[in-house]
Amino acid sequence: MTDLTDELDADVIFRWLTAAAASVEREADVLTELDSAIGDADHGSNLQRGFAAVVTALGKESPSAPGPVLILAGRQLVSSVGGASGPLYGTLLRRTGKALGDAERVTGAQLAEAMRIGVDAVAQLGGAALGDKTMLDALYPGVEALAAGGPHPYGAARTAADEGALATVPMRARKGRASYLGERSVGHKDPGATSSALLFTALAGAVADE
Amino acid sequence: MSEQQDTPPRVGIVLVSHSKEVADSVARLAVGLAAGRDSAPVEGAGGGPDGGLGTSAELISAAAHKVDTGAGVAVLVDLGSAVLTVKVLLAEGDELPENAQLVDAPLVEGAIAAVVASAGGADLAEVAAAAEEAYHFRKV
Repeated sequence: MTDLTDELDADVIFRWLTAAAASVEREADVLTELDSAIGDADHGSNLQRGFAAVVTALGKESPSAPGPVLILAGRQLVSSVGGASGPLYGTLLRRTGKALGDAERVTGAQLAEAMRIGVDAVAQLGGAALGDKTMLDALYPGVEALAAGGPHPYGAARTAADEGALATVPMRARKGRASYLGERSVGHKDPGATSSALLFTALAGAVADE
Repeated sequence: MSEQQDTPPRVGIVLVSHSKEVADSVARLAVGLAAGRDSAPVEGAGGGPDGGLGTSAELISAAAHKVDTGAGVAVLVDLGSAVLTVKVLLAEGDELPENAQLVDAPLVEGAIAAVVASAGGADLAEVAAAAEEAYHFRKV
C-alpha cells in the first residue's frame, strides 16, 4: 500500500528505470510491430538501445537523489535512441528530474507534479496535444491519475495510461510520420502511447503499488 | 570540405539528415553550386547512433563544433527526430556552440542558399534568412 505522502529515494527511481528497460526489452517486438503499421518500424529497437544505455550509465554512475538519476537517464536517451522517441522521452525524464531538484527524498505528490512538468515539456517540444495519437495520449491520463492520489495512485496511473494507449486505436494521427497516412492511421494503436504506458507499469512495480 | 580559415570567419553550416549519404551529398552539392567563391564551412551530420537511418546527437554536436569559426552556426534539418534532437540540444545549453541556431528551411534548397550566403560573407541572421526564403521559391 503506497500513497502520495510516501517518500521515494534514488533507489526507487533506479528500480523504476531498470524495470522500464526490462519491459522495453520484453516488448520490443510488439512495439516494432505497432510501429511497422503506421511508423518506420524501429520504435522497439530504438527504445531498447536507449534504455540499455540508461541501465549501463546508471551502473557506472548512480546519483544519490531521484532528480539527478532522471536527468542522467534522460541524457542517455537523447544521445542513444536515434529516433524521435529519444528527444521526447529524454525531455520527459530530464525535465521531471530538473523539477525534482537535488532532494534525496521526494514524496509521490512531488513526483507527480514534476512528471506533469515533464509531460508538458514533451507536448511543447513535439507541438502535439491530447488526441493527436501520440505518447501524450498515455502520458497525460497517467500523470493525471497519479496526481489525483487515492489509496493506489501508482496502480491507478498504470491503468489510466493503459486505457489512454488503447484509446489511440480509433484516432487519426496528426503528428509524426503516421500523420502522412491520414485516415489509414485509424485502427492502429500508437506505438509511442504503448511504450509510455509501459513506463507507468514499471513505476507501479518499482513502488510495489500492485 | 569543412573548415577553411577565411578572414573574416564564415558562418558554419550543419546539415542534419536521417541518412548519412543525404547529409554528406547535400553538403557537397551546396559547396559545388557555390563554386566561384570561397566556400563556407559545411558538415553533414547524417544517420543514427548505430550508423543506420536516424539521428545522432553526438554527430550533430561534433559537426557543429567543427564548423564553428566564431561567426555562428546554422543548423538545417530534414524532419522528425532531426528537428527534435537539435531543439533538445539547443535547450540543454552546452551541447552546441553558443551561437548555434536551428534554421527553419528545406534541407536541400536551404543548404544551397545558406552556403552561398555564408561564402559571400553574410552573418548568421542573413544566412538563416536566405535559407528560410527557400520555402517561398515556387517551382510551378
